[in-house]
Parts: sequence; structure tokens; C-alpha cells
Amino acid sequence: MTDTSVLIEVRSAFVARGTRKILDNVGMVVGRGEIVTLVGPNGAGKSTLVKVALGLEHVDRGDVIRAPDIKIGYQPQKLTLDNTLPLTVRRFLTLTGTQPLARLEEMLVEVGVPHLMNASVHTLSGGEWQRVMLARAVLRRPDLLVLDEPTQNVDTAGAVEIYQIIARLRDAIGCGVLMVSHDLNVVMAATDRVYCLNGHICCAGHPAQVSRDQEFQKLFGPAAAATLAIYPHNHDHSHAPDGSVADACGHDHSHDHGHHHHA
Amino acid sequence: MRADMITVTTTGIITMPDSLILNAVIAGLGIALVTGPLGCFVVWRRMAYFGDTLAHAGLMGVVLGMALGIDPTVGIIVTGVVVGLLLLGLQQQHRVATDTLLGILSHTALAVGLIVVSFMDKVRFDLMGYLFGDLLAATTTDFIWIYGGGTLVLILLALIWRPLIALTVHRDMAVVEGGTRWPVGIIFMVLMALTVAIAMKIVGILLVTALLIIPPAAARRFSASPEGMAAATVIISGIAVVVGISASFTWDTPSGPSIVATAALLFALSLGAGLIVRGRH
Repeated sequence: MTDTSVLIEVRSAFVARGTRKILDNVGMVVGRGEIVTLVGPNGAGKSTLVKVALGLEHVDRGDVIRAPDIKIGYQPQKLTLDNTLPLTVRRFLTLTGTQPLARLEEMLVEVGVPHLMNASVHTLSGGEWQRVMLARAVLRRPDLLVLDEPTQNVDTAGAVEIYQIIARLRDAIGCGVLMVSHDLNVVMAATDRVYCLNGHICCAGHPAQVSRDQEFQKLFGPAAAATLAIYPHNHDHSHAPDGSVADACGHDHSHDHGHHHHA
Repeated sequence: MRADMITVTTTGIITMPDSLILNAVIAGLGIALVTGPLGCFVVWRRMAYFGDTLAHAGLMGVVLGMALGIDPTVGIIVTGVVVGLLLLGLQQQHRVATDTLLGILSHTALAVGLIVVSFMDKVRFDLMGYLFGDLLAATTTDFIWIYGGGTLVLILLALIWRPLIALTVHRDMAVVEGGTRWPVGIIFMVLMALTVAIAMKIVGILLVTALLIIPPAAARRFSASPEGMAAATVIISGIAVVVGISASFTWDTPSGPSIVATAALLFALSLGAGLIVRGRH
């Protein structure tokens, strides 16, 4: 695979549960070496889109294309460990494959918790647990790292640090990263492309562009939060359109969207 | 060496009580080696009710086996596998919860089993023996099942151990990251059916689940890893077997219930040990 190769692409995906539309004509693409972040309110379909991309859930319509023999490291949103199963950090790290101890140590240093190797996973703090889960997902040197809310239960300072670690690991192993996040302000700094999701793709592009997008402001601005469900679709912002990304998004809103192609 | 034991069992069952104890202990320890690790998964995956379901299906398996003239143990294994696969299939729909499905399968199997029993020759069929087990009457065939079947179960379990632990921790994560092309869930279902069939010989249908879940529950406090907990469970099950059989001989109590009661006592002691440890802090 070359540096610019596409790792995962979702095209015009529709997913419904009963009569409720979860994903409505959603497109997304993640290439090697780039960090892509999904943002959106609760119930926007972020985790569903991730599961569709991973092949864990099927689309009712649309296509999901994964690079052949792609190696994925996956950090799920809810990984609550049952106390009946005793597990040390060391054993947790090797759940889906063995690694030499030196590599485990190196990875714990990378994520900033080198002292936890033999600790029970049941005793970790929220921040420690997120770092250990990140280390586990990265250990196998994946082509694609999928992180569903990697800073859950972490304070802002900790979140900033975790996003820095993610960017550093991406540089080190050259993988693509697909993230779901709520920490809008923090995650923007470490992201190449943002998809703002609310059932459909509201807007997509470089963080700086997206944050000026009216759709985005409506979704996340304090004043608009209350009317989230029924926001209108006719806005007329004027960004330089970018065809390739717009195709990748695959959405067909009638309005003119701004997409910024990252470097 | 085991062949000698078997000869003693079949020939000297009344006259050599010491060998009888030894045979019972050897059979019991063989079963403990298998129920230990499998029981851990029953506890980790919250499958206690599934153990009950397999046991109830086991009764149906026994009577169907006898009615069809095949080995009852084969009957137990086959019905166990069928019920397990039925469960996997029924779980694909999401309108009826797993515990409801298990209740349906479990009690349907029990009902069918009891109906078939009513047609059978009461003299030929020792219902109590199957309900409560009879380790002291272990035959050559039982030893072959326990050690032959047990070895097969442990080898297969060792082969799927890592992916099965990963699946137990988080299904989606294990599926996405792969690591095996084996149908781990189905193999595990078959291993459970085999284990229940083997364990029924020692404690009977009614107490199979107890033998699967009480020793791991007692072992949890002393374990830091899944592998450590499996080993600790085998040791605790072994102690329960030896003490339970000794008690059974000393006070002439039924062997299966004596083993389960001993395991429960060990569980209570593990709780007590935990309280003492916590009290020191």
C-alpha cells in the first residue's frame, strides 16, 4: 500500500432500525497516515458508522470497502471488564496476540503508564484505563487504528495529552486513525479531517473549516443545542468545494458544502 | 496403570472398599481437571443457566439414547450440542432474551425427557442415578469417557484458549482483530456439552452446574489472571472431590452432593479469607 492509499471507505450507507433511520446516506473515507474524527451529538450514529466500517454491522444499502488484509486495532467504546475475570494489564495487552515483554514495556512508556504492567485492570483510574486500552490497540502495529471515544472519563488536560499520544503513534507506525470524539475543542488540534454526523453527514473537512460551518455551529453552538433535532438544511456558507472529498462523503444534500482537502 | 484400577473396579466392587475409594477419587479428579477450566468460562461468560439447560437436555439425551439403543453418554453429548446450536441460532433474533430462550429450551428438554421416561421400563432405568450421579459405581466405560473425553476437551480448549478469552472480554474487539479462523463459539458449545456429559457421572443432572460454578467462584479471590484462575479452580475442585468422597465413605452420604457441599464450604472459606484480608487494611 502506498502512503495515500484508502484503508476504509463507506459509500452512501443507509442503516435503519425498525422505522428509525440511524445512518442516512453517509459516506466516509480514511486513508493511510491520516487522522479522521467523527463528531456529533448523542444518537447521531457515530458508533454505528464505526461498526459499519469495521464490518460488525451490516448496511441496508450502500458499500463498505476495506483494504485487503487490513490489520485493525480496535478500542471499543464500552469495554467494561467484568470483575469475575481476573486480568492484569500485561495479560490484557496480549488478549488478541502475544508480544515480547520488552515491546509491552515500550508501549506502556509510550502511553505514559510504565508502572502499570502488573497492575490489575480492575484498579485503574479512567485515564489509566484509556491509556492501557490505547496501548493494546496499537501494539499489533495496525494499518488502521479505530478509537471509539478514546478520552472517556478523562479530564481535559489528560485528553489533550492522549490526543498528542495518538498523533505521535500515528507518525511512528504510519497507520490511519478513525476516532469518535466529544471533546470538540481538544480533538480539532490533532485531526486531519472531521466528519460532523447527525444521522447524515452535516459537514466534513479540515477542522478549521468545519468549525466555521453553520451546520456545525448549529449542532454544537450553545444556542442551537436545544433545537438540535429540527435544524434547517438551507445555509449558504462559501468554502472552496473539493470534489474528491465530497464524493467520498457521498452525501447529496441540495446545499453547497465546503470541504477542505487536507495536505 | 489405569487399566489395573479399572479391573479392580469391575471385579472387586463390594469386597475392596479401599480400591473403591481410590477409583472414585481417580474418576473425580479426572472430572475436576475438565470442569475446572470450563467452569471458569461459565462464570466469566455468565452461563450458569446454560449449564442447567445442558443438564436438563442431558436427561432427554439419556432416555432418547436408551430408547434408540445407543450409549447414554453419546445421547447426552448429541442433545447438548443440538441444544447449544439451537440457542446460537435463536439468539440471532433479538425479541426474546437469552435467559428466556434458555428457560424454554431447558424445560422443553426436561418435559420431553420425562415423557419418554414414562414409556420406559422402570426397572431398567435408574432415574435417581442420573439425577444425582453415582461416582462409586464408576465403570470401565466411565473411566474411558472421563479420561479419553476429558483429554479431548482439554486439548481443544487449549487450542481455542486465547481467542476464547478475547471473545469473553469483548466480542467486537476479538472479532475485528481476528486471530483465528476457527469457529470458536461453536467449538466452545461442543466442549460444554462434552463436559456436562462427563460431569453428570459424578454429581448427576441436578448438581452439574454447581460443580461448574462453585469452584471458580471460590478460586476468584486467589487469582490474578485467567490462566491462574483456571489452575486454582482445578485445585479447589480436586480438594472438593477428595474431601467429598472421603466424607461420603465415612458418613455414608451420597457422593455427588457431598462433593458439591464441600465445594460450597470452600467458597465460604474463600469469602472469609477475603474479609480477613480486607480487615487488615
